[in-house]
Amino acid sequence: MTSSNAPEASLLRIDALTRSFGGFVALDNISVEIRKGERFGLIGPNGSGKTTLVNCISGALRPNKGTVLFRDEDITPLPPNQRAHRGIARSFQIPRPFRSMTVLENLMVALDFAPGHLLELATHRRDAAMSILTRMGLASKANEATATLTQVELRKMELARAMATGPKLLISDEAMAGLSTSEVDEVLDLLMSLAGEDIAIIMIEHIMQAVMRFSERVMCLDAGRIIAIGAPAEVMANARVQEAYLGA
Amino acid sequence: MHRSNIAFWTGAAVFLAAVFVLTRTIGNEYPFFAGYVILQFVVLSVAWSILGGYAGYVNFGTNAFFGVGVYTAVLLVEAFGAPLGVQIAVAALVGSLLGLGVGLLTMRMRGIFFSIATIALAIIIETSVTNWRFVGGAAGIQLQRPPVTPPFDSYVKMLFFVQALLVVIAVATTRSIQNSRIGRGLQALRDDELAAECTGVPTLRLKLLACAISGALISAGGAPAAMYLQYADPSSAFNLNYSVSVLAMSLIGGTSHWVGPVLGAILLGVTQQLLAVTISSEVNVLVLGIMLVLFVVAAPKGIIGLLRRQSSLRAKDRS
Repeated sequence: MTSSNAPEASLLRIDALTRSFGGFVALDNISVEIRKGERFGLIGPNGSGKTTLVNCISGALRPNKGTVLFRDEDITPLPPNQRAHRGIARSFQIPRPFRSMTVLENLMVALDFAPGHLLELATHRRDAAMSILTRMGLASKANEATATLTQVELRKMELARAMATGPKLLISDEAMAGLSTSEVDEVLDLLMSLAGEDIAIIMIEHIMQAVMRFSERVMCLDAGRIIAIGAPAEVMANARVQEAYLGA
Repeated sequence: MHRSNIAFWTGAAVFLAAVFVLTRTIGNEYPFFAGYVILQFVVLSVAWSILGGYAGYVNFGTNAFFGVGVYTAVLLVEAFGAPLGVQIAVAALVGSLLGLGVGLLTMRMRGIFFSIATIALAIIIETSVTNWRFVGGAAGIQLQRPPVTPPFDSYVKMLFFVQALLVVIAVATTRSIQNSRIGRGLQALRDDELAAECTGVPTLRLKLLACAISGALISAGGAPAAMYLQYADPSSAFNLNYSVSVLAMSLIGGTSHWVGPVLGAILLGVTQQLLAVTISSEVNVLVLGIMLVLFVVAAPKGIIGLLRRQSSLRAKDRS
């Protein structure tokens, strides 16, 4: 599904990443590369290390060993806010809105501190936030408190807020968990359209149909190791994946 | 935006002019003596709310910053005979450095643990000052006021005016933080620090900034107290009552807007002064406690919360 014939440039390179919590090894020597604009599915049973990997990429956790390279720069020692400024954005498995703010203000936080908007007038940032909300179908909720949002709206708001940071890599951590089938389709369409704009997306998901439809490549983790990586159909056909993930 | 700026600065100028006119027209010193304490609490509460309100880090060490302000002034007077303006400026500087230290605590501690650490900090500093002979040690120290500078005819009136000036500085600073992206960043990190970080908010830098500004203003507000009382001793300069009062004033006023701590400090400050005159100065601690309990139960968002609810109800009635 690669759209151009140009050599596929690497966006994110994870090299021999290891992270343990006490005696428990959550990530064991993980190496993987993600290309610009790639749609990348990340699957694995609960506790396999998916969120730990995301935390190491976004900076919420520091790895014990290994490096994270983003656009050829070693970002391993950087705190999350500086990674966000370089173009890594994420949503959270359990939505974490800024609860004392309206939906629009939630996005304004991102724009207020985004390097590209530092010299802009506040009204411009507001317009930028509104246009993202419009695109996400949340324009009518702009001035609502986040507490009034439904589950799917909250997920969309998290994606919108991540988009407001102007990412090159968007990590969607189970943005579809707990949503109805039609809502899953809605969110999936949104992610698809974002990926069309040269934003690489790592999608962590338990909903297999969504992963299969969305991903160009899928990686399956089990107990902190990569057990399969490749085209979605290949990975799903892999015996170890079926054993570990589907329990077959 | 611009209109509200004009309104604010006009209000500030009118306030200072009124204070100045009062010092020229009222002969009796007592109203200024009492009013000084109220203004001082306005400064402390507004300053406290930068960290405690916007950023959500409850600093229980207001007394540490206050006492550091007092003793910076004492030290400067004893060592160099420094004038009041210098005392306040240096106290602000020392307060901001102490604030940075407290800010570093926020890297590892939040919530109740942060609050406890600030109490510990106050105790450490108080103990050090208690054992420092040069500034009077545990027995305290008497200070001689220099002659008053015109146009004021008494030192207390001058201090009243100076404290009014500090109120304007503290409120203007807090207001500009609230209206800027710094304010939004602090609010974001109060709601969810990790989400704020991942959204690009430099949380540590903002917390250090908030701590430094808050600390500078509290210490500056405390510095004139040395000359106000012409006496300083560790157990009153580092009295935990400052922390409790300031916390109560900010919470009762409401911390979501700078007006909240101002209202809270005036309300409680006036009540305390009236009680001190009519009943006793000990009763005001009791009243403080009762009011805090009432507000926590009936109006958890303080006076500001009540006002906002009123205005939104009225808006609903109209529509």
